[in-house]
Amino acid sequence: MASNNSIKKTLIVAFALCIVCSVIVSTAAVALRPQQAFNQEADRKSNILQVAGLYQPGESITKQFEQVTPRAVDLRTGEYTDAVDPETYDQFSASRDPAQSRTLSGEKDIAGLSRQENYSVVYLVGDPQDPEQIILPVRGQGLWGLMRGYLALRGDANTIEGITFYSHSETPGLGGEVDNPKWKAQWDGKQIYPEGEVGEGRPEIALVKGGASGPTEVDALSGATLTSKGVTNLVQFWLSDAGFGNYLAKIRDSAEGA
Amino acid sequence: MSAATPKGVLITPIFKNNPIALQILGICSALAVTSSMSVSLVMALAVIAVTAFSNLFVSLIRNHIPSSIRIIVQMTIIASLVIVVDQVLKAYAYEMSKQLSVFVGLIITNCIVMGRAEAFAMQNGPVLSFLDGVGNGLGYGVILMIVGFFRELLGAGSLFGVTILTPVQDGGWYVPNGLMLLPPSAFFVIGLLIWVLRSVQPEQVEENEFKMKENTQPKEAV
Repeated sequence: MASNNSIKKTLIVAFALCIVCSVIVSTAAVALRPQQAFNQEADRKSNILQVAGLYQPGESITKQFEQVTPRAVDLRTGEYTDAVDPETYDQFSASRDPAQSRTLSGEKDIAGLSRQENYSVVYLVGDPQDPEQIILPVRGQGLWGLMRGYLALRGDANTIEGITFYSHSETPGLGGEVDNPKWKAQWDGKQIYPEGEVGEGRPEIALVKGGASGPTEVDALSGATLTSKGVTNLVQFWLSDAGFGNYLAKIRDSAEGA
Repeated sequence: MSAATPKGVLITPIFKNNPIALQILGICSALAVTSSMSVSLVMALAVIAVTAFSNLFVSLIRNHIPSSIRIIVQMTIIASLVIVVDQVLKAYAYEMSKQLSVFVGLIITNCIVMGRAEAFAMQNGPVLSFLDGVGNGLGYGVILMIVGFFRELLGAGSLFGVTILTPVQDGGWYVPNGLMLLPPSAFFVIGLLIWVLRSVQPEQVEENEFKMKENTQPKEAV
């Protein structure tokens, strides 16, 4: 086996092995990609259905998702837009592309995003003209990293139906309790603005310590002050004029007019 | 392990020469993924596939591997197989792959895989090596399933997600032991398993490496 250890043989073996292995790995990656993309898409859709309280386990997600209409919204004006295709638009990468986003500065950037995309997708349940529910993608900094999730509002664009985070890196057992169904259940029926002051000033919905009272307060997560603050900030940010504020105001106007 | 027989290499690693219980290899992932039986099962299958095929491929080219780069050659083969397994899981068992998260990728560093490639596949033919890989994967999987059985049953009152002991919060009588869902509990279960195995097969008990001194008298300590 002495010839095995010659430099030539070593190089040949190393090279051949690299070629063979990389071909195998890339074949597997390419061949399975459509199936993986489908899974990720199904996972995202099931998150949207769950936050809206529509998810039926065991039934086809694609089929269930038919009652949901994705639309693109221009966050600067609050109008629906056809500039991007809501089915394929990748909001998260758009927020990093200077051509499709703007920088957020200082006090405006309470959710810690530093850049915000110009267009966002919203998901409408029921009749798109007069939706039963509006599902907004939201994100913001928690304690350890970005939390990404969905916030579902009822048709009046002021009452919250639910919230869910599909990706976060908060401390398990403390901040990680943002996943806890019991905690999430509290959000049902909460209001962005209190009665009579809808659309005035900043959104008031917030997490509070030591027992929530009133329709705009949600119990903070115990032992997770910074995560709770992050959740408050991201919800307030996305519901304010910097986020979906303009869009929600238009929905409320048209609901009143109708 | 002189004169390896096909049956021998397949059966011995399961209880007699178990990679976890006797060789104490691959403990890390055994702690991490055994909180439910279905996850343990998928992890076990993944490890069986990787050990079996890495042994097979290493054995096939064993006469051409230059000894100076043999470890990196084995690692490359193992890493490629693990990536393939990871991709397959992501495509066909997405929920499961989310729960297993990084631990599929960490099969690359599982000492069992590397150990079998280096210790067995480098010296034996492809068929035997393949069976040896399956056997060791099974040995790993059996322990994983046993640990998963106790952890899921005592920690969540269910097996494979099917409720056996109705927990209190669903109106039953069983108070789930939350500790069993945390990784340290796997240490206890594996420790007890090793105790049982070594009581049944005393030849597994190791010789003391050194004799412990009897208790020091207070006078001597001063």
